[in-house]
Amino acid sequence: CGPPRAVLGSGAGWPAGPGGEAQVRRTAMAAAAQNKPDNTAFTQQRLPAWQPLLSAGTALPLFFCVGLACLALGLGLHFSSATIRERELDYSGGAGGGHNCSSCANASRAGAAGCTCSLHFELAEALPGPVCLYYELSNYYQNHRRYGVSRDDRQLSGDSWGLSNPAKECSPFRTDPQGMPIAPCGAIANSLFNDTFALYHLANGKASPVPLDNRGISWWTDSNIKFSNPELVNGSLPAAFKGTVKPPNWPHAAYLLDAGNPNNTGFINEDFIVWMRTAALPTFRKLYRRVRQGNFSSGLPEGSYRLDITYNYPVLSFQGTKKVIFSTVSWMGGKNPFLGIAYLVFGSACILTGFVMLAVHLRYQQQNQMDVE
Amino acid sequence: MEFSINQERLLTLWSMWCAGEEKRVGTRTVFVGHRPVSETDAYVEQKFCDNRIISSKYTVWNFLPKNLFEQFRRIANFYFLIIFLVQVIVDTPTSPVTSGLPLFFVITVTAIKQGYEDWLRHRADREVNKSSIFLIENAKQVKKDSEKIKVGDIVEVKADETFPCDLIFLASSNDDGTCYVTTASLDGESNFKTHYAVRDTTVLCTDDAIDSLTATIECEQPQPDLYKFVGRINIYRHNQEPVARSLGPENLLLKGATLKNTKKIYGVAVYTGMETKMALNYQGKSQKRSAVEKSINAFLMVYLCILLSKATVCTTMKYIWQSDPFNDEPWYNQKTEKERKTFKILRMFTDFLSFMVLFNFIIPVSMYVTVEMQKFLGSFFISWDKEMYDEEIREGALVNTSDLNEELGQVEYVFTDKTGTLTENSMRFIECSIDGHKYKDGISEVDGFCHTDGPLKYYGKAEKCREELFLRALCLCHTVQIKEGDTVDGLIVNPERRCTYISSSPDEIALVKGAKKYGFTFLGLENEYMKVKNQKNETEMYQRLHVLNFDPVRRRMSVIVRTSTGKFFLFCKGADSSIFPRVQQDEIQQTKVHVERNAVDGYRTLCVAFKELTQDDYDKIDRQLGEAKMALQDREEKMARIFDDIETDMHLIGATAVEDRLQEHAAETIEALQAAGMKVWVLTGDKMETAKSTCYASRLFQTNTELLELTVKTMGDSERKEDRLHELLLEYHKKLLPDFPKNRGNLKRSWTVSQEYGLIIDGSTLSLILNPSQDSSSSHYRSIFLQICLKCTAVLCCRMAPLQKAQIVRLVKNTKGNPITLSVGDGANDVSMILEAHVGIGIKGKEGRQAARNSDYAVPKFKHLRKLLLAHGHLYYVRIAHLVQYFFYKNLCFILPQFLYQFFCGFSQQPLYDAAYLTMYNICFTSLPILAHSLLEQHISIETLMSEPRLYLKISNNAMLQWKPFLYWTTLGAFEGLVFFFGVYFLFQNSSLEDNGKVFGNWTFGSIVFTILVFTVTLKLALDTRFWTWMNHFVIWGSLAFYVFFSFFWGGIIWPFLKQQRMYFVFAHMVMSLSTWLTIVLLIFISLFPEILLIVFKNVKRKKHQKKLSNRKESDSLSSRPSIRPLLLRTFSDESNVL
Repeated sequence: CGPPRAVLGSGAGWPAGPGGEAQVRRTAMAAAAQNKPDNTAFTQQRLPAWQPLLSAGTALPLFFCVGLACLALGLGLHFSSATIRERELDYSGGAGGGHNCSSCANASRAGAAGCTCSLHFELAEALPGPVCLYYELSNYYQNHRRYGVSRDDRQLSGDSWGLSNPAKECSPFRTDPQGMPIAPCGAIANSLFNDTFALYHLANGKASPVPLDNRGISWWTDSNIKFSNPELVNGSLPAAFKGTVKPPNWPHAAYLLDAGNPNNTGFINEDFIVWMRTAALPTFRKLYRRVRQGNFSSGLPEGSYRLDITYNYPVLSFQGTKKVIFSTVSWMGGKNPFLGIAYLVFGSACILTGFVMLAVHLRYQQQNQMDVE
Repeated sequence: MEFSINQERLLTLWSMWCAGEEKRVGTRTVFVGHRPVSETDAYVEQKFCDNRIISSKYTVWNFLPKNLFEQFRRIANFYFLIIFLVQVIVDTPTSPVTSGLPLFFVITVTAIKQGYEDWLRHRADREVNKSSIFLIENAKQVKKDSEKIKVGDIVEVKADETFPCDLIFLASSNDDGTCYVTTASLDGESNFKTHYAVRDTTVLCTDDAIDSLTATIECEQPQPDLYKFVGRINIYRHNQEPVARSLGPENLLLKGATLKNTKKIYGVAVYTGMETKMALNYQGKSQKRSAVEKSINAFLMVYLCILLSKATVCTTMKYIWQSDPFNDEPWYNQKTEKERKTFKILRMFTDFLSFMVLFNFIIPVSMYVTVEMQKFLGSFFISWDKEMYDEEIREGALVNTSDLNEELGQVEYVFTDKTGTLTENSMRFIECSIDGHKYKDGISEVDGFCHTDGPLKYYGKAEKCREELFLRALCLCHTVQIKEGDTVDGLIVNPERRCTYISSSPDEIALVKGAKKYGFTFLGLENEYMKVKNQKNETEMYQRLHVLNFDPVRRRMSVIVRTSTGKFFLFCKGADSSIFPRVQQDEIQQTKVHVERNAVDGYRTLCVAFKELTQDDYDKIDRQLGEAKMALQDREEKMARIFDDIETDMHLIGATAVEDRLQEHAAETIEALQAAGMKVWVLTGDKMETAKSTCYASRLFQTNTELLELTVKTMGDSERKEDRLHELLLEYHKKLLPDFPKNRGNLKRSWTVSQEYGLIIDGSTLSLILNPSQDSSSSHYRSIFLQICLKCTAVLCCRMAPLQKAQIVRLVKNTKGNPITLSVGDGANDVSMILEAHVGIGIKGKEGRQAARNSDYAVPKFKHLRKLLLAHGHLYYVRIAHLVQYFFYKNLCFILPQFLYQFFCGFSQQPLYDAAYLTMYNICFTSLPILAHSLLEQHISIETLMSEPRLYLKISNNAMLQWKPFLYWTTLGAFEGLVFFFGVYFLFQNSSLEDNGKVFGNWTFGSIVFTILVFTVTLKLALDTRFWTWMNHFVIWGSLAFYVFFSFFWGGIIWPFLKQQRMYFVFAHMVMSLSTWLTIVLLIFISLFPEILLIVFKNVKRKKHQKKLSNRKESDSLSSRPSIRPLLLRTFSDESNVL
């Protein structure tokens, strides 16, 4: 037998809890006091509880209902997506493009800007209004981190201090080599999409311009709250921008973006705001104009059209493409077959599993009955 | 001098840290009252530590650095700190706030908790240190703070005061130089202990007198054992040779003990402050870690690997992608000067770190917090449980650690003590045998007992004088004290005289009360005289000369008394095995029969012997004992040797039988535990026969259990003990092995159907196996023994020393597979096994509180184990396992879309979610539902768990945290992550999702994914919840509502402190799009679809299973269960099953 002392020696250890002596005193006090536990539902873990059980009985109808609902929704989505008309025109002018924008593309590669080209296209059927005009860029990483942080929301909110002190995230487009602050600073603003489009309906041998509405293409909260121009100095916006320089890529300063329209110039220019909402994926489209005025308020009638493009924006250098898209919209937005198909697939999967489960359930029931017998 | 003492102190401190196992070397010399012993010796002030008790860890100044250091020593915290630092230093996609805030939260909460605890300790320390005490200085009382006491100071302590430090007891107001002390706060024993003043200084009981004392005390260096002390006092008188007296534990008054029933005492401080025995005992128990924690760590490693590989993949892909110049730096997205200038290797490294940071949320900080909270809050349910509250002691369960809650659901081996754990430890005197004649109480108290031997009362009658001698022996041979009036700690109250017998052993009380029944009443001890009232109502006086105390090795105790006629008697009582070899062999036959019969009946038996001593004998003994007591070294061994010499050639007078009843529902509890797949081992210090019958009574052994015995009896007394043992071992091994199929996996099921085996082994045989004399092939037999043990349903180990109990536990604990062990016991002798086992349970029994204090959980009764394990343990395990799996799952599907997004953003570490979402996901949006779930969930009702112990098997072997379920959860998480991301990705093939043609950007993309994520993850939890209380409803729906509310709020304001207003009205625009709504709903459905399918199939299966079960139950109930037979009948008939 081992000596008992070792046992007593190590056995007399104290609880590791807070303050040995204090604890002893506390336990002693607790022992003296009536410390019967509270007899409440909570302390006894007997709270009234709902104990749902997803049995086959409840799950089967659920599966069928959900399946049917999904099928119905899927059909609806599919058809509304199918009714949306879209017309895509690629004008990047890369090799093999074959249309007259190729020369502009070459010119822009050489550094020239302001080249114009025209695209002719036919609409076999009318696009019911309102028709949206998008431009789409591909292989363009607006969601690149370095790119995405390169902006100064304070400056864009019209803050006068922010105007002359762009955030350091904006570099290398923060100041010009002379140290003058750039307004608006940053890579996003600097790379503002600056191709312009003009649409002509060719009917009866003459080209009638289609009015393109540039109002309301950005989020209301953006153009009215988040973005705003610096306070006017002596009633003039250019004066407010004094002491800043334009982004290097821009042909002119921000206050000249839509010089004729004081509600659409400077930082609150809607094209600019749309651009500043960076896209999620490297292929993205952005709303450019809407056709909803004049003779075309009900849409674009069938016929031939000419699109005049000012080709400024180089995309071939990064192997990108640019497109113009005419699209109608429905309650679900633009054309997107995914949702409809997904709902249809999921709905049928539900119903299929419902049937499988029904079979399993019936078999088990049979077995159970046999067992009972 | 100073240097050497400092070194000594260092040594002391060092050994304090080192568990206090090794012996302290050296002695210390204390000058009583700081008075030099002679003029010639220069008095050198020795440096001992002051009497300040410091149990606190921190001071105001070092709290911050020290606490932070402690916290960051935890590997998880350190990891998060590194991530945070990386974020601060390197340009990373997410701001340092995202990981800094949670870390800060965790650290702050922990720091506040620890700070508060330390403040409590400070307060307790201050209370102790600033309490006023009285020192005697220059014959005057001086009031001082307790912390000012120095070694050598003379301290005066009054009644009901606590000793401020360890004192050598010099003088007492009692004439006989004794004082009474209760050590309730030290070891929980509430009885009064008598301590003795140094004999030569007893008279110095005034301030003046005590001041005149010149003495030195030599004693050992401080050591933590409360019951050990050796020292010597040298008393110098005028021009005389110094007188040396030995000092033992009976002269030492421990700090923390309280003076009782004594007006005042004087003592000299020998150990102060942190060197007192109480302080040395502060050292905590070694931290026990639960198996769940090990699983968590394993899973963490997997996730760390996932994290690293994700970062590696992304970094590699990034540089492959960037090798195209038009990808690397297109004109619209130019690099900064700094970026261009950095080395490529360095850039790659920072990129790698950035990806790590981006994906680091996969290892959640908050999991640790939630697990801690779950454990802490969850443990309250144990202490709150009304069913574990005992009316008798007015206490419920006690939780000393909350770290092991889930371990209660994983127990495979239960080691239980017998006395006080399985039995009640309230002894009743049943019968006695005097000179081979049986005496039984007139009133039969054994229900339904019918002895086969015919009428028992006065089976015969011994001579009158022998009878009286026996009863006197019972009255004298004990250490029982009488406590009159005061009934605070009353154990057994004598109603007539309002006095109480108090003893550390309930057996002694039972014996004294038994003697009283036969007419001999013990009246108490006065001035070394024991008063006994005999049958003729006369009071007899005996002078108690020596008490040879009980110890578990000798297993007996003796007293030496002088009768009023001047005769010397030695009375000895003890276990039969320790008495029989020491008495005349011709006397024992008849008594032996009785003792064995009593033992079989389950009674605790003690034999009583006596010896008459001549004056010469006594003088010799007195001298020997005196010498041994004076010894400074090896005192114990010397004493034991002398005791051994004294207790020989005695005459047996008789034996006693004391009943210790089984605790209520002990048998049912054991049955339930066994049905739950636990193997129950009884480890007891008791006799084999007694223990065996208890085992039968508690249904540990069934009638059909085949018993294998490895005891002294089966070994025989021959020289070839070991060979015989080995033969037996091999025989049993052969017997057991073929019975079991080779595949060990079936073990659990197989024992329930095949023959059950029980093993009985006793302490000496065990030590023969574990510590064999010839070391050849010892390990071989050891492993054979272990194999036998593990294959037996029940094992009974009797005659165990406390350390052997721990040895057994360790043996099983370290076998292959590392089964989870649980020890349950009530006494100080169980502490070692309680500390050794994975989970230690203390029974708040009658043998003090040592076991309860050293345990992880303490319950009032053995039967509470059933609920603790089957209900609480099961639920806690399921809850925490689900919590852990869920946390990994929800963070995997949180971060996987982020990873996938890298493939579409040029591997630029662009975060998919806004920083607020990244930060809040684990803290706010998804934390409360899982916390509530892990506190309240009852996937099976408590009643079912209690009535169906088999359910416990379902979670055995850490079933819910094995790789298979982990893989399932991980797959689920990965699947959902893929669905979230690609669902939204395909939706965003056309980003104009509003009916007015406006387009969405990348933050909307992230928000949609995040919304689906939060809803799916929360609804997944809702699907898993089987027990919906209002709290579950509140937190689940509340969290979702909070998420929506927060998103609106977060996007509704231009936040001045944010650099970028990324989320401005993003959420509001998102919910305005019908397509988004439809996508969110669809993707949530798709993500949950497999889960729902699985649940439905499971339920279909379960329903079938339940039906089968209920069918079987019906048929079961038809065949009647074996009725609970009275204990004794069972025992006799079961005897035939013994091998």
